[in-house]
Amino acid sequence: MSLPSSLRRRLRGAAACALLLAAVGMAQAQNAKDPIEGWNRVVFGFNEGLDKAVLKPVAAGYQAVVPDLVLSGVSNFFGNFGDGWSAINQLLQGKPVAAAQMTMRVATNTLFGIAGLFDVASDLGIERQQEDFGQTLGRWGLPAGPYIVWPLLGPSSLRETAAMPLDLQWRPAALSQDEPTRYALSTLQLIDVRAGLLKAGRIVDEIALDKYVFIRDGYLARRRSLVYDGEPPELPDDSPDAPPVGPK
Amino acid sequence: MLFKQVLTALSIALALGAAQAQTAPDALIKQVSTEVIDTVKSDKAIQAGDVGKIISLVDAKVMPHVNFQRMTASAVGRHWRSATPEQQKRLQDEFKILIVRTYAGALTQVKDQTVQLKPLRAGADDSEVVVRTEVKGKGEPIQLDYRLEKNGSGWKIYDVNVLGVWLVEQYKSSFAQEIGSAGVDGLIAKLAERNKAAAKS
Repeated sequence: MSLPSSLRRRLRGAAACALLLAAVGMAQAQNAKDPIEGWNRVVFGFNEGLDKAVLKPVAAGYQAVVPDLVLSGVSNFFGNFGDGWSAINQLLQGKPVAAAQMTMRVATNTLFGIAGLFDVASDLGIERQQEDFGQTLGRWGLPAGPYIVWPLLGPSSLRETAAMPLDLQWRPAALSQDEPTRYALSTLQLIDVRAGLLKAGRIVDEIALDKYVFIRDGYLARRRSLVYDGEPPELPDDSPDAPPVGPK
Repeated sequence: MLFKQVLTALSIALALGAAQAQTAPDALIKQVSTEVIDTVKSDKAIQAGDVGKIISLVDAKVMPHVNFQRMTASAVGRHWRSATPEQQKRLQDEFKILIVRTYAGALTQVKDQTVQLKPLRAGADDSEVVVRTEVKGKGEPIQLDYRLEKNGSGWKIYDVNVLGVWLVEQYKSSFAQEIGSAGVDGLIAKLAERNKAAAKS
């Protein structure tokens, strides 16, 4: 069985990247969770530049021009699609009740929400609990591993990277046979995600001392929390001094 | 079952009525968040994004319930003890502005949200508890948790978790990085610079 050539090229590219990452990593290992910080910062800088020049203005324009009803329709459509993937992952994580609830959600929104354009399930109190394959791997006991920033895709970890081929496969775009449709759907999804992050981005710009560190630590903590459904076990306290006692 | 609920409701009402000092940690969080959200909803200036007004609201309603010294000390880590009282005060002041602004930024987004408490899992004589809440509005519920410590006769918040991220933990490595390269005064200067830049925008 031979792989399609595009995939083979991509794999070869990924292998080269991994080698490069390993080399840079050995050059400066300081932070245990971010051994390739030097390289990550380069990619982060590239992503920031690209975001500032293209993605952010496009997303802001999209949000300003497109009517609210359409904006929410697009978000709901992609969200409904993702909910199906969440249901499968809940099943893989041994959470049949949550999986049944998410399946109900998808069925309700697909049938009564016109193919997912309206989120009627939320109005009925069937809430979204987002899960992906990265979380499933975490649930199965795989540690996050080192932090990795990918060009275009942004913050990740070794575990999320391993899950990426499957997570990225579950998109409306991946189902389409038609190349232009695939690109259009991918682009729309990307803009939709970015538009949803515009407000958060403004806040981060204002409160981060070092944006790279802020996003890295926030990302890793959030992913860890998601693996444990919001209640991760306490980390062993690595600082030698306990917090001082407050004023009596 | 119903009887038990009525009893619980009654006891919370009594606790609130009697004195704030007697308030249970989850009741305190409920009371403070309800007050803040109600004020935001009824205030046109805040909804329009009047940050100054939000900051004074947070200062008046939330900050009295926060042990900000502990929060700052944990974020600064081992360098806190070697800092002079003057440095500690400045760290606390600048960090407070940063945190309140974060909170204020989140509050401008409040529209039709409500806060729901998750059941408290704590022993009667625990001196530190986690109160878990969810902010429900449109879309996915937002996780918002608080760590509280028993402080004299009442409870004080000493850390906040937004979407799975504890604020103190979030600032630890950037604080360590600034102190590592420019000392405690470097961190103070950096915080002040951030706050000034944000005040302008």
